[in-house]
Amino acid sequence: MSDRIFGAFGLLLALFYAWATLQIQESFLSDEVGPKTFPLVIAFILGLSSIVIALRPDENPVWPPLSRLAEIAAAVVVMILYAQFLPEAGFVIATALAAAYLTWRLGTRPLQSLLVGVCTSVGIYVIFHLVLGLSLARGPLGF
Amino acid sequence: MDLMSSLGDGFLIALTWQNLGLAVLGCFLGTIMGALPGLGPSNGVAILIPLAFTLGLGATPSLILLTSVYYGAMYGGRISSILLGIPGDEPAMMTVLDGHPMAKAGRAGEALSLSGVASFVGAFLATWGLIFLAPQLVKFALLFGPAEYFALFALAFATLGGVSSTNQAKSAFAAMLGLGLAVVGVDTQTGVPRLTFGEVHLYDGLDFLVAIVGLFALSEVFIFLEHRHGEADADSKKIEVGRLTPSWAMLKYCTPTMLRTSVLGFVAGVLPGAGASLGSFISYSMEKKLVDKEGTFGTGDPRGVAAPEAGNNAAAGGALVPMLSLGVPGSGTTAVLLAVLLSLNITPGPLLFQNNPDVVWGLIAALFIANIMLLLMNIPLVGLFTRVLMVPPRILMPIVAMVSFVGIYGISGSSFDLLVMIAFGVGGWLLRKLDVPLVPIILGTLLGNTMENNLRRAVTISNGDYMTLVDSPLSIGLWTVAIVGFILPIFVGKVIKGRMRNRRDAEGSTSD
Repeated sequence: MSDRIFGAFGLLLALFYAWATLQIQESFLSDEVGPKTFPLVIAFILGLSSIVIALRPDENPVWPPLSRLAEIAAAVVVMILYAQFLPEAGFVIATALAAAYLTWRLGTRPLQSLLVGVCTSVGIYVIFHLVLGLSLARGPLGF
Repeated sequence: MDLMSSLGDGFLIALTWQNLGLAVLGCFLGTIMGALPGLGPSNGVAILIPLAFTLGLGATPSLILLTSVYYGAMYGGRISSILLGIPGDEPAMMTVLDGHPMAKAGRAGEALSLSGVASFVGAFLATWGLIFLAPQLVKFALLFGPAEYFALFALAFATLGGVSSTNQAKSAFAAMLGLGLAVVGVDTQTGVPRLTFGEVHLYDGLDFLVAIVGLFALSEVFIFLEHRHGEADADSKKIEVGRLTPSWAMLKYCTPTMLRTSVLGFVAGVLPGAGASLGSFISYSMEKKLVDKEGTFGTGDPRGVAAPEAGNNAAAGGALVPMLSLGVPGSGTTAVLLAVLLSLNITPGPLLFQNNPDVVWGLIAALFIANIMLLLMNIPLVGLFTRVLMVPPRILMPIVAMVSFVGIYGISGSSFDLLVMIAFGVGGWLLRKLDVPLVPIILGTLLGNTMENNLRRAVTISNGDYMTLVDSPLSIGLWTVAIVGFILPIFVGKVIKGRMRNRRDAEGSTSD
């Protein structure tokens, strides 16, 4: 069943891709092939393989229960927040929080995860910024 | 000898303090990453790419660092295979079969050191193979025009899925997805933006490093979250290493095996799409057929440890041959290495040997050096690496995630790239669940632009005649191999993959 949905989704993606390709404004100076041919071929094969996937599905993968999916979704949200707030909060604080969250969700006790998060963040800061000289996001506190 | 003098020059380049230091660092990190279940050569290299860039390393030092990681991971995979019965990475799968029984019989130290020697022999011979074969392949590649290159890329995509995927439709899907992503951005030939939907960040195209780190490193983090697999696989009491040196008698006993499987592994590595996993698999199977008269394979036969280890390390060296000489990688990790070269503005392929001989020969010399370092590191220090196995993933995985973020942010300094990376991470997780191979996606994003340019060049040269693509005997040959390579696994691949699975399941049921 998963593969049938996946195939249908792939077919939609291929159609969308072909449609988006046709929207490309061609320049008046173009080579023989033009900017559209290659993407159209891709869209065609993409669609074809999606149809095959939908018609001849593999066995269903083992999907995690809803709670685990929510877990992954929450981690994604945390990562997105991390990406957004990194420039504002500064590297050390943002990383400590994000690492602590992930460690916690993988089964460390809360207090210990906070410690691990801070250690991870400071460790990366020392190695990458102080030793290797990589420029990291600078927060209001200067680190 | 021309080759020897080039190799000598290579050693002059590789033997600087900086390069030696990078090789030590790479070997060490690589062994750790290989040993940890969940991190393998391709994600290990992927995580470290941004580091190489942000350090401002030149082409040769970056490559030395990253190929040391690659070779190191190939060595490291065996450690958890032998001690825990869990392969540290996919190529080390076959080592479990005899390595773990040896460990259970109290001969873990012998198995570790023997497999270290076998890895050394495999990698050493493969590096010589690389020296002799790559220049020959380069001569051949100089005959290629744009049409042949287009066919060669098609061949790479057609065969890449090959044995690694059970479903050819899915590997085709993955390849097209990757090529499709490569199209995004301003068209290099006519200057019109394609599929950017007005987003300025996309005009430059998607950075394939972002895609690689997201697909390989972040998706692994999601896999661990999904299973909430936070505890270390190793119990401290379980690991008893014992005697650390193999006896001469045992080495002598295994030498013919190592030599045979090195050759076999090297050939498997050179072939497109096969890679190290297949190298170790066929090495083990052949050796079992050839020398296992008493049926001791699978019960802790030392030759069953030596065979897959020599095989997979030789395949790792072999996979560098098509990557360096044709610009078409034969495996996932070499695809990641190709990404490094491309980002450093070095185009692998025949011209690499002419324009940047320092890169090629410096790299080859570094491979020899790294290999010796790894042998030295892996026999006396193996106890240190076994300790690393006790670091639980609940601490390790967040570090992996954070280092990935730091690396990508360090390159571009843009939050947008981080968001794209997260998207690739989630996508990678989904695709892995659906059994869609990730390597063709990476290869597609890497090679997409070159492939399209070759197509357009070929057709433009012939004034719009598409028949030029199948005009020369060479391109017809390449297309034939591509088509056969795509269709054959539909029938044969299932059998091999099935057998690989059966072996693992059979072992899995007895290992407790």
